[in-house]
Amino acid sequence: MDAVSSRPFTAATEAPVSGSFAVELPQFSGPLDLLLTLIREEQVDIYDIPIARIAEQFVERIRTLALNDAAEYLEMAARLLRIKIQLLLPAGQQEQWEDPRAELVRRLLEYQQMREVVDLLERRGEERRSHFSRAYLPAQPAPPQAPLALSLVELLTAVDRVLRAVSRPDMHDVIPRALDVPGAIVTIRAVLAIRARALLSEMIANAREPWQVLSMLLGLLELAKLGELRVQQPRPFSNVEITPAARDAASEAA
Amino acid sequence: MTPLAKLLEAALFASSRPITTEELATLSPDDSPAAIASAIDELREHYDVDGHGVELQEIGGGWQILTRPEYTEAIERAQLASRPQRLSAAALETLAIIAYRQPISRAEIEEIRGVGIGGVLKSLHERGLIDVVGRGEGLGRPLLYGTTPVFLEHFALRHLEELPRADELAIALRPIVAATVPPE
Repeated sequence: MDAVSSRPFTAATEAPVSGSFAVELPQFSGPLDLLLTLIREEQVDIYDIPIARIAEQFVERIRTLALNDAAEYLEMAARLLRIKIQLLLPAGQQEQWEDPRAELVRRLLEYQQMREVVDLLERRGEERRSHFSRAYLPAQPAPPQAPLALSLVELLTAVDRVLRAVSRPDMHDVIPRALDVPGAIVTIRAVLAIRARALLSEMIANAREPWQVLSMLLGLLELAKLGELRVQQPRPFSNVEITPAARDAASEAA
Repeated sequence: MTPLAKLLEAALFASSRPITTEELATLSPDDSPAAIASAIDELREHYDVDGHGVELQEIGGGWQILTRPEYTEAIERAQLASRPQRLSAAALETLAIIAYRQPISRAEIEEIRGVGIGGVLKSLHERGLIDVVGRGEGLGRPLLYGTTPVFLEHFALRHLEELPRADELAIALRPIVAATVPPE
């Protein structure tokens, strides 16, 4: 902490030696904050910062900072020293010369602008803190559903209504009516044994019930599958002709 | 008070959050927006003129019944309610940048503040003051942050536009016209 007096060179004409080390890190929220404070203290024009002087002050102050917190401050210190060197170097082409401080000034102004917003937010935040609302809470989960208002009578009435509705179910008596396919096959074989050709209409002429027609149809299909007869229909919706397969084959052979 | 103003008062009392004008309108669908607005005015005047311990404030995009500031100390002393904690300087700086530059990435905020802000962002997010509002185009598609309605509520703002525009601030960003001639 005796660095002030032993500094190799002093750019500032009248460095405020005494107050320089009464700085605590938490006072500054970052290197830009510290830099702005220095600029304000030194009362220099932000657009024309005496870099040598400010850099000197800056380095001086961050010596008091704990190392792990100082990285960002050290980076700024390096940046300041670099700008200082750039200013010392002889400028080449006059027209292409750009003030090496320009970028720093832009950032400082941007930071200062942000600080102005911070002041505003602080005022508004304080204003709000001076009011209480009803239970200042984070968003709550959806309110639980209110308990059902239901009496026993209502419940029983509802049960009664439901039971009444199902008391007379619409039921059918299903009477099994087995098809008599074997019987139909016997009939068909008997007919074809005495006739070379039969029509479906003739075969079902005696059928009085649908199941008898169905039995005859299934019997015909079954025999056709077995190859005992052939079922033919010359045109759509015309009568179906039934001929014994064997006879048919024989006639073809003849 | 008119029945409509009483209805709004009851709803505002029942809610712990600010209620928007649109939400208030749903309480009484038959009333015109103008009628709702005048009922809000009526309620506010009722609190202001007749002398009440509470007042009606437009805040965070809605309306909220709040205690008057003169009673804050007494209420807090009696430990009936406690004020929300003040935000740290780092948190306020970060919030200010997000409020003006949203959506904005962490790296951009750090560039402006000149320091790392990982922890600050996390705590602001946990307090519901900011939220992730998208992803940037740059390398790694960084998360972009923006402010929330809780932010408005916390700072007694009706809406973001209530903050002064960037060019209305005392220190408006202006092009650097300083020395363009090298020093001798």
